[in-house]
Amino acid sequence: MKPVKFEYHAPATVDEALALLGRYGGEAKILAGGQSLMPLMNFRLSRPAALIDLNRIASLAYIREDDGHLAFGAMTRQRTVEFSPVVAQRLPLLREATRWVGHLPIRSRGTIGGSIAHADPAAEYPAVLTALDGEVRVRGPRGERVLKASDLFVTYLTTRLEPDEILTEVRLPAMPAGAGHAFEEFARRHGDFAIVGIAAMVVRDGGRCRQARLATAGAGPVPVRLRAAEEILERDGLGDRAIEAATARAAELVSPDADIHASADYRRHLTRVLAARALRRAAGPGARRG
Amino acid sequence: MMSPESTRERWIGRPVKRVEDHRLLTGRGTYIDDHPPVANVHAAAIVRSPHAHARILGYDVSAALAMPGVVGVITGADVAASTKPFGVGVTAPVHYYCAATDKARFVGEPVAVVVAKNRYLAEDAAEAVVVHYEPLPAVVDPERALEPDAPVLHETVGTNLAGNRRLVYGDPDRAFAEAEVVIRERFRFPKYASTPIETYGVIARWDGLDGVLTVWSNFMGPFIMHPLVARVLGLPENRLRFIVPPDIGGSFGIKSSIYPYMALIGLAAMKTGVAVKWIEDRREHLLASSSGTDRVAYRELAARRDGTILGMRYRWIDNVGGYIRSPEPGCSFRPTGNFVGPYAFQHLEVDASVVMTNKSLTGPNRGYACGHLYFETEGMIDRLAATLGMDPVAVRRKNLIPATAFPYRTPTGGLYDSGDYEATLDRALEHADYAGLRRRQVEARAAGRWFGIGVALAVDPSVSNMGYVATALDPQFRAKPEYLPKSGAMDAATVKVDPLGRVTAIMATTPQGQGHQTVVSQIIADELGLRPEDVTVVDEMDTFTRVWSISSGTYSSRFGSVGAGAAALAARKLRAKLVDYAAHLMEVPVEQVEFRDGTARMKGGQGPSYTVKDLAGRAHWNATSMPEGMEQGLQATAVFGFSVAGAVDAQDRVNSSNTYGFIAEVMAVEIDRATAAVTIDKYVTVHDAGTIINPMIAEGQIYGGALHGLGGAMFEELAYDDDGQLLTGTFMDYLVPTASEAPTIDIAHVVSPSPLTPLGSKGLGESSSMTVPAVLANAVSDALAPLGVRITQLPITPSRLWHLIEDAKT
Amino acid sequence: MAEPVTVRLTVNGVGHEGRCEPRKLLVDFLREDLALTGTHVGCEHGICGACTVLIDGVAARSCIMLAVQADGAEIVTIEGLMQDGALHPLQAAFREHHGLQCGFCTPGMLMTALDFLRVNPTPTEPEIREALSAVLCRCTGYHGIVKAVAAAAPVLAKRA
Ligand SMILES: Cc1cc2nc3c(=O)[nH]c(=O)nc-3n(C[C@H](O)[C@H](O)[C@H](O)COP(=O)(O)OP(=O)(O)OC[C@H]3O[C@@H](n4cnc5c(N)ncnc54)[C@H](O)[C@@H]3O)c2cc1C
Ligand code: FES
Ligand code: FES
Repeated sequence: MKPVKFEYHAPATVDEALALLGRYGGEAKILAGGQSLMPLMNFRLSRPAALIDLNRIASLAYIREDDGHLAFGAMTRQRTVEFSPVVAQRLPLLREATRWVGHLPIRSRGTIGGSIAHADPAAEYPAVLTALDGEVRVRGPRGERVLKASDLFVTYLTTRLEPDEILTEVRLPAMPAGAGHAFEEFARRHGDFAIVGIAAMVVRDGGRCRQARLATAGAGPVPVRLRAAEEILERDGLGDRAIEAATARAAELVSPDADIHASADYRRHLTRVLAARALRRAAGPGARRG
Repeated sequence: MMSPESTRERWIGRPVKRVEDHRLLTGRGTYIDDHPPVANVHAAAIVRSPHAHARILGYDVSAALAMPGVVGVITGADVAASTKPFGVGVTAPVHYYCAATDKARFVGEPVAVVVAKNRYLAEDAAEAVVVHYEPLPAVVDPERALEPDAPVLHETVGTNLAGNRRLVYGDPDRAFAEAEVVIRERFRFPKYASTPIETYGVIARWDGLDGVLTVWSNFMGPFIMHPLVARVLGLPENRLRFIVPPDIGGSFGIKSSIYPYMALIGLAAMKTGVAVKWIEDRREHLLASSSGTDRVAYRELAARRDGTILGMRYRWIDNVGGYIRSPEPGCSFRPTGNFVGPYAFQHLEVDASVVMTNKSLTGPNRGYACGHLYFETEGMIDRLAATLGMDPVAVRRKNLIPATAFPYRTPTGGLYDSGDYEATLDRALEHADYAGLRRRQVEARAAGRWFGIGVALAVDPSVSNMGYVATALDPQFRAKPEYLPKSGAMDAATVKVDPLGRVTAIMATTPQGQGHQTVVSQIIADELGLRPEDVTVVDEMDTFTRVWSISSGTYSSRFGSVGAGAAALAARKLRAKLVDYAAHLMEVPVEQVEFRDGTARMKGGQGPSYTVKDLAGRAHWNATSMPEGMEQGLQATAVFGFSVAGAVDAQDRVNSSNTYGFIAEVMAVEIDRATAAVTIDKYVTVHDAGTIINPMIAEGQIYGGALHGLGGAMFEELAYDDDGQLLTGTFMDYLVPTASEAPTIDIAHVVSPSPLTPLGSKGLGESSSMTVPAVLANAVSDALAPLGVRITQLPITPSRLWHLIEDAKT
Repeated sequence: MAEPVTVRLTVNGVGHEGRCEPRKLLVDFLREDLALTGTHVGCEHGICGACTVLIDGVAARSCIMLAVQADGAEIVTIEGLMQDGALHPLQAAFREHHGLQCGFCTPGMLMTALDFLRVNPTPTEPEIREALSAVLCRCTGYHGIVKAVAAAAPVLAKRA
């Protein structure tokens, strides 16, 4: 389990990195935290001619608050996200989701940009990005563009990024003050990718639900935003009956696949169960009434 | 018993801290991959079949040979030309070579070996080896493999059935005819392994002029594989040297199956002329090392209405993979002597079929076949209880072998050496507060929760008697004059005293984490009145320097009785010599001298006394001070071997192990109504393993064994698709339980010393690995009894369980 | 470049320099080039954790990192834990509580626990279990390991 031979570059700037990517014309791979790419390379399933290592680009690691958003440099470690006070305050859902990403030693190296670019359908960050309607900034030889979460994920391990593009920043709207949130996940072992995970945020307004956000991990080839379920909540509030109806709808909105760990039906069922748990927790103790 | 004269506290029975720990905690262990024992070692990479079943049409190694750093490529053609197939445990003509020759029969089967300057280059070149295959249809299900139109793996055999035996003990037909209740069930036990964190490793050097092949490996034995490998490579046994490094990173039975690689890498060293090292990687390990068998079992139980079991029928179809590799078909026969478990019924029929399919090969895996056995038996007993409306404990109690019956001869030939099964069961019930759990269950059920309690009992056999393997052969075959019966289980130890009175013990064992050095130092310290730190224990097995025999090795929980027994006997022998020598120096008859607290002195206390150190100094520096006729020097070698381990008899009865412990377990679980996730609420395990030498180490074995059992019961499976492709080829998919999944375990002991071993000890290395599948399945079934769901298949994954529940609801 | 690269790094306080192919895994570099064989290889895909070392103060897998990426880094391995010829308190706790059998997972367990106890000096048992779920052990059932980490926590907290 040793990688194939490759050429290695550790540029200091994004421009250099882009130039190198261009030079290899699709044959090079970006190396971020390596926590997904290196296992694939050790299995020789990924066989790039060259690796462009972003770890020496200091300007890609930051967390910035601007304009009601939190902006994360692509190379921000998951561990940094986990312990960031501003994330705890403005994006507690992201913080909670981070605790589900592998284990601490994985999060020491794994990056937010890598996790999203990798687009594992069972991963937590893509679900959060989808739930919160986040976006990513991408740079390539044709300049910069912004991709919304809803446009980003194509299918398993595939995004709309071109091979010569670099994801440079992840932007998530800060959660409104008083928003409730929960990340519920079911996995067979601690630290595994989700069988199903649910990212939820609700903004309550007295007995009403002003805003509901629900997205899945593991319930299909891409994270699924459960908009029709959200609408039920936004219309009918966060009472038991509304949650019941919304989560039943949620289960209809997903088309999960089967694998050795779980059947499609079980995943669909979990979508409903976990969505309900997430919503109850996000809605807070008062939610059961009404 | 030992050192009866001693007035000080004994070391045996105390949780002495391990001497192994210092080196292992500071990164100074010596595992196979750590220190190249010879210079200029080259690395091997093995080319493996991507097909589950394919004819090999030819090889093209030219591109690989031309690659940088490559010194040679060995293919199946070389293997066919230069080696013999391994002997197998059945009469069917299965030709099992150390690599595929004519056909590949499972994904991952070795087809060629590349030797290069380092592993990176070797893997590069391995990809360049071209093997021409003609893919053939595959079969992975053992029942499907027996159908007439199934693809046949071995044309020479003509069928996928490697062997079948029908064993009859007592009069099972009559038992079933007289039964008031008959219970039937079909079970499936999964294929799982133990995946030691250290993988296989082999280093081989060929000294052509001397004709000596030296093979270093983290091989654990049994050393019957040494003559087997010698024969395969065409070497005299005293020209084949096996050396085992001081540290092995776990095994759990899995590393007994390294030996084909010892032959293959040995051949690579012989052919290329360089020393060759192969360290298995995890992909290779999951694809092709070893695992327990998957089994389809049809069980029948005959009983009276009062719960008395009259007899049972077992029909097994064991799947050994592409070839039947020794010691298989132990999967069917290793528990022969304890087929009846702890129960007193006398009538049993066993119909065991061993089937070859396009899966990886099987072999001993912690609990070797006992996990299968008790999963089925204990499940049957619970079904009987449910049918009769009895408590599962009451049914078990009714059928237990009584304490007064020991030593007990089972109908299948086992000799249970000691035990008090009922007392052990009571202990477990008391620890678990069984009555309290049942009360909690009533409450839980009233509240609509799924809470269940499982009980499982197991006779824990240890120190297998190699003779059991012959159960696989027909009695007519065994009756032929040219057939040589097989039996035995022995080990040797040497104890020597250096001139300053410190002691070194030399063992032929191959510990994989069991702390042999610590345990032997405790035993010898007691025998010689020393402290454990005065005893250095060397346990690096080396077939050129150690005293060993074909049953040697550290498997089948042998060490605690055989190895430990040999160490005790050697120390006793040496102690007797010290006393003789002291008597000679004191010029008194030996009867007047006693040995106490490390000192030989006159009984009654008067006169001179000699410490071990005094005697050692004199014996070494003034050798002629020893009496005439006494062998000079201070060393003793002793062999401990069981005499109750006979060959299988004409009625297929065999005492397949030498000591038999007992396990009683109670587990309570709760099942999440929404997700079907199982949570262990309480888990109590009580063991009777005779005398416990080091309780800390003993309990460590139980914790580890229990988690292995849990792995098989809930997480681990080597799953294949219908084409024979492995679906769980990474640690992402083959799920080893982590600390978060490990339950809290409440352990207690009952001690019935073995009358057969010098220290009264029995083995317990496999321990709860054989009971957890049973107790968990029973607990889950009990929780879901209101729905009528009964577990017949492992692992119990949440998805599977959810479907069972959903199906039961509709 | 696929040509050999020079790697300079500090391991256990000692500077080292080596040359290797860019594809060489950090764990292989430590074990083969620097002869520091205390760090073990168990899966080479990031799951088992046996290869975990501290890289610039935080625990990470050395099997899914390239040696060349560690250029300039400070690494601590199991060989670097002893202090003044005595076991580190965490090592001592592993011995005291039978936190190891075969010892193969031990380097990963120690380095993972060390990092974790810095982040969480007063952990609960479920938190310890969650942290240790980063490393697989097949021998101990984790019982002794969890006990050892729990016992070491207050000792380390006091030293900090
Ligand atoms: C034991 C273990 C458990 C894990 N468990 C989880 C889990 O539970 N949940 C989870 O979400 N993840 C899990 N992971 C994966 C982990 O989160 C990875 O860190 C993440 O998936 C990838 O991020 P990375 O920074 O490591 O990226 P890399 O592995 O370096 O790269 C991943 C892919 O993304 C591309 N890429 C990376 N960065 C960029 C960029 N800036 N622009 C364009 N392309 C880029 C790479 O070329 C590569 O194809 C686990 C990993 C391991 C080893
Ligand atoms: S060897 Fe690195 S995690 Fe297993
Ligand atoms: S002690 Fe053997 S793997 Fe942990």
